[in-house]
Amino acid sequence: MKYIGPDFCNITSLLTDEELLIQKTANQFVQQEFNPIVNEYYEKGSFPLELLPKMGELGFFGATLPKEFGGSEISSTAYGLIMHELEKGDSGLRSLCSVQGGLVMYPIYKYGTDEQKKKWLPQLSAGTAIGCFGLTESNHGSDPSGMLTRAKRDGDDWIINGSKMWITNGSVADVAVVWARDEEGIVRGFLIEKGTKGFTSSDIHGKMSLRASITSELFMKDVRVPDSSRLPGIKGLKGPLSCLTQARYSIAWGAIGAAVDCYEVALNYSKERKQFSKPIAAFQLTQQKLAHMIQEITKAQLLAIQLGNLKDNNQLDFSHISLGKKNNVAIARDCAKLAREILGANGIMDDYSIMRHMMNLETVYTYEGTNEIHTLIIGQKITGESAFE
Amino acid sequence: MKIAVLTKAIPSYESSIRIDSSSTWIDESVVNFVVNESDSYALEEALQIKEKLDNGSEVVVVTMGSQDNTSKVLKDGLAKGADRAIFIQNEDSNTDPLSIAKLFSQNLKDENFDLVFSGLQSDDLGSGQTGVLIGELLGMSTATLGIETDIQDGKIKIKRELESGWFQWVTLPFPASVSIQSGINEPRYPSLKGIMGAKRKESKVIDGQLSDDPKQNFINLFVPKTEKATEKIEGDVDGIVAKLMDILKNKLRVIS
Repeated sequence: MKYIGPDFCNITSLLTDEELLIQKTANQFVQQEFNPIVNEYYEKGSFPLELLPKMGELGFFGATLPKEFGGSEISSTAYGLIMHELEKGDSGLRSLCSVQGGLVMYPIYKYGTDEQKKKWLPQLSAGTAIGCFGLTESNHGSDPSGMLTRAKRDGDDWIINGSKMWITNGSVADVAVVWARDEEGIVRGFLIEKGTKGFTSSDIHGKMSLRASITSELFMKDVRVPDSSRLPGIKGLKGPLSCLTQARYSIAWGAIGAAVDCYEVALNYSKERKQFSKPIAAFQLTQQKLAHMIQEITKAQLLAIQLGNLKDNNQLDFSHISLGKKNNVAIARDCAKLAREILGANGIMDDYSIMRHMMNLETVYTYEGTNEIHTLIIGQKITGESAFE
Repeated sequence: MKIAVLTKAIPSYESSIRIDSSSTWIDESVVNFVVNESDSYALEEALQIKEKLDNGSEVVVVTMGSQDNTSKVLKDGLAKGADRAIFIQNEDSNTDPLSIAKLFSQNLKDENFDLVFSGLQSDDLGSGQTGVLIGELLGMSTATLGIETDIQDGKIKIKRELESGWFQWVTLPFPASVSIQSGINEPRYPSLKGIMGAKRKESKVIDGQLSDDPKQNFINLFVPKTEKATEKIEGDVDGIVAKLMDILKNKLRVIS
C-alpha cells in the first residue's frame, strides 16, 4: 500500500497502514461517486447534497472526534489525507466537509452543552443534518472583531440581529453556528435552527469560483433563541478563531490534493502530447514546469505531515497552520497555472479538471484567512510586532 | 455459517512493472500491491450472506504470500467487515496452483468452513484454479464463475455464467467452494470506523511451507519486443483482393 499521489521523497514511509487505507477509502469515494458528476454540478452552481449520508456512513464528518460523538478517532494526518482526496475532486467537496467537521461539529463538541452535543453531533456526523458557520459579514472579513451582529439578553432568551456573508451551505443548513456580540461587546456563539422565526437566507449567485458549493447570506431579524442555544463553553473571538484553526488545517491538506491532481494531469498529458515529433515532456521548458510542481508539492506534503504530527501532540500553534494554509494554497495555485500552460488550449476545457481547480483556488486563497492575513500572523509570530491590530 | 474468502495481493494496474535480476519474477520492491479485483466481489458476497442470515455467521479472510505485500490486503478485508484473518506466510514466489491449493487446504482443513469463496481468477497470473482445487482437496462441492448466490434449505444455489450469454443454476450441498465473477455486487468501501476497528480483530499468522515441489515454474520472464512491420500488397485488383482475403481469413482470422 502506498500514498496515492506523486511520492517523490517516499512520504509513504511517514504514513501508517491505517492512514493509507483511509486515504484509499476517500480516493475511491471521490473517483466513483463524485468525479463523474462534478462538472454537471459545477456548471449549474450547486452541490450534490445526496452524497452527504454516504460521506457520513464512511465517517468523513468530524472524523477525529471521539467515537461517542460520532467520530472515528483517526489521526490528524489521516483526516488530512481525506481532505487531500476530497479536494482532488473539487474544493467545494472539501469545503463542505471541513465546514461540517471543523466549523460546526468542532465548536459544538468543544464548547457545547451535553444536550447540544446529543442533539446535533450524531446527525451531523451521519450526514443527515447539515451545518453552517456564520462569522464573516459583508463589511467585516479579515477583521471579524468589527462584527455588527448583536445578541441582546431578554429574560431567558437572546434576541439576535444582523447578517452574515459568504456562508458555505447557509441556505441548506439545519443548524447554523452564528457568532454575535452581546451588550457588553463580548463575542458569543449560538446554535440557530433552520426555520427559527426571523432567520432567513439567500444564495449568492454569479460566483466564477467554487461553483460546486452552496454559498449564502444569512439574515437575523429579531431572532429569538433560548439561552440553551448558546455555546456556554467559550466567549470572545478566540471561539470562532479556534474553529478556523481546525478548518485551515483541512485546507493545508486539501490544497495539496488540488495541486496533485493538476500535476498528474499535466505529467500524463506531457508524455502523450507530441510536438516536433517528440513528447512535450522531453522539452526543457516543460520539464522545468513539472520539476517546479513536484518540488513544491513535495515540500507541501512534508509540511502537512508535520502539522498533523504537531496537532496530534498538542503542539500546534495557529501560526503553524497559517504557514501551512498560506504555503500550500499558494503552491496549488501555481501548480494549476503551470499545468494549464502545459496542456495548452486543451487546458481550458472541462475535459480536464485543471481550470476548475484554478478557479476554485482563487476562493481558497482568500477564504479562511487571506494569504495576506496569514503573512501578517507569521510576521507577528517571528517579530513580536502586530501589523494589523 | 463459516465462510472463508481467499484474497490475493496483486500488483496494481498503475504500477510500473520491472523484471527482477533472476528473470523469473518481477521486482516487488517498486510495486504497489492491491486486492485482486474479483476477490473484492467474493468478500462482498460473503459479507452480504452474513448480514442476510443474521445468525452469527463468520467471515474469515485468508491470504498467502510474503509479509510485506500481502498482510495489508487482510487489513483491507478486516476493515470492510470480515471477522478475522488468516495469513499463511510463505516467502517463495511460488506460482503453481496445485501446490498453493495444497498449502491452503492443509492449513484450512481444521477450520471446517461451510463455504470457501474465491475470486474467479487473479488479475496477475489468471490461472483461475486455486479455489476449485482447494474445494477438491477438502472434499467440497465446487462451482466456478458464480454471478448470483442464494442460500436455501441448507444448500447454496449458484448462478453460473457460461459462454455467449448463457447461464446455469447449480445447487451445491455444503461444504462448497465457489469462485465469484467480478461485477456480481457493489463492493463496499472500508469505513473509517471499520479501518480503525480492524487492528483489534484477530489476525492469525501461519508459517506455511510447501509440502512438495511445485509442478510448474517460471523459466524466463521477458518483455515482449514491439515490432512494427508494414506489409504492402501490390499487383492487380483481383490479386490484391485475393491476397487480402487470405490474410483476413488465415492470418488474422477475423473472417471465416
